[in-house]
Amino acid sequence: MGILVVAEHHNGQLATSTARVVSAARVIGGDIDVLVAGSGASTVAEAAATLSGVTRVRVADDAAYEHELAENMAALIAILAGEYSHVFAAASTAGKNFMPRVAALKDVAQISDIIAVESADTFVRPVYAGSAIATVQALDALKVVTVRTSAFDPVEMAGSAAIEALAIVENIGVSRFVEEQLASGERPELSAARIVISGGRGLGSGENFKLIEAVADKLGAAVGASRAAVDAGFVPNDFQVGQTGKIVAPELYIAVGISGAIQHLAGMKDSRVIVAINKDEDAPIFQVADYGLVADLFEALPELANKL
Amino acid sequence: MKVLVAIKRVIDYNVKVRVKADHSDVDLTNVKMAMNPFCEIAVEEAVRLKERGVATEIVVVTVGPKAAQEQLRTALALGADRAIHVETEEQLESLAVAKVLKRIVEEEQPGLVLLGKQAIDTDNNQTGQMLAALTGMAQGTFASEVAVEEQKLKVVREIDGGLQTLELTLPAIITADLRLNEPRYAKLPDIMKAKKKPIDTRSVADLGIDIAPRTRLLKVQTPAERQAGVRVASVDELIDKLKNEAKVI
Repeated sequence: MGILVVAEHHNGQLATSTARVVSAARVIGGDIDVLVAGSGASTVAEAAATLSGVTRVRVADDAAYEHELAENMAALIAILAGEYSHVFAAASTAGKNFMPRVAALKDVAQISDIIAVESADTFVRPVYAGSAIATVQALDALKVVTVRTSAFDPVEMAGSAAIEALAIVENIGVSRFVEEQLASGERPELSAARIVISGGRGLGSGENFKLIEAVADKLGAAVGASRAAVDAGFVPNDFQVGQTGKIVAPELYIAVGISGAIQHLAGMKDSRVIVAINKDEDAPIFQVADYGLVADLFEALPELANKL
Repeated sequence: MKVLVAIKRVIDYNVKVRVKADHSDVDLTNVKMAMNPFCEIAVEEAVRLKERGVATEIVVVTVGPKAAQEQLRTALALGADRAIHVETEEQLESLAVAKVLKRIVEEEQPGLVLLGKQAIDTDNNQTGQMLAALTGMAQGTFASEVAVEEQKLKVVREIDGGLQTLELTLPAIITADLRLNEPRYAKLPDIMKAKKKPIDTRSVADLGIDIAPRTRLLKVQTPAERQAGVRVASVDELIDKLKNEAKVI
């Protein structure tokens, strides 16, 4: 029956998360089609066609899909879903928004945020903020699944799939895009970065995040933050690493001035190497850190930036 | 405008979760339970809409065990006017809950339905979206700002990369993100008053809704423990370890 993977893209660029979702789909095997829905999506479709393991890229190019409004996206995907045994998408804010709507339109369960595929109907996912790991079997014929992208390596861009244009326009008309305020950043994207350095309440102010940024620049790292730092207004909320923010699993995660609340750990504890810099030697973050430095961050960060 | 708020009774967010020895599930015996934090935010938003004169009545609903009446009472103490308890001792999946809520929406005809964006036990993040699909309503998920203007609703949503503003046709479904508001505490007089507010109890079985499970929980395990590593004495030692031992920089 095959698997439909819903591509994620921003500003005419295919997001790296899509290569990771294809990677999860490949564990099951069979034909994998990628759906690119958007407005002016031809470059994205061409990029998607190079993903290894993809048979066909199906393109729904219409203004109705421009901002991935859940109502329109779900209606489109639900029409296509009849041709597939599985529909996969990234557990990004976009995927989380439209996929449950697809599942309900098809009257099937959704399996959210999987971290492993055991078989065509059995998936592994964290529950209770990552405090427990559940293995779940989907009993419906159609499996609607969102994928925690940090748990899968991306497939290579060495394929050459066929591109097919779809003429399905679903404009439900109950929602309208007004505007977007995106945090600008030249640094790597948080969820895809190889190195992440995050600051917490210990930074004391938004101004002091410059100390974090100086180290990030030396390492080519993305900058993250704890919920406490976001709630205190130090940085915008899309910096937030945690259960209610972004889930990251970089090679190196440096937590500075972060105590290590369970909410935060849920978002970063699968990082390969964790470093904690904190002046409180009893901070829970030290219980998960591979390397811990008990120090005043206002001294340690400039020194680190200098010596790298 | 009538506002319907759906809430869930879950394990208290401060509790350290234990997995049962037979790996069948998480152990919830004698564990402190509470209203799901995202649901508290949804209730608070409804109360604020009433204080602003937008909402005229707040109906709070839960689908859950008898004990979930505690959480309904909490919502009533926070400012909800009345409650509906759809009782079931089974753990319903998101789709089944959405189907039950759809029935309540049809009966109550609210102008707006508020839910939390996810429950902190199953971490599904599905019910609001599913309810929107089943009722054909517009959805504003992960809301951090809500404003009702005439027959439209403006919602600011938290998305990867920043914020997005949508305009939705009412009636609509909103799911609350953490930053939507800061929930208030219930005052003692309000808690006393809440005891007199009505709770309409129904049984899931009487609704004639298909709640058969669509998934099977095969096992629940404790995640691999990360071990505490080493303490380094200086920035120099840290850089040395990262370069030569971990080889990550």
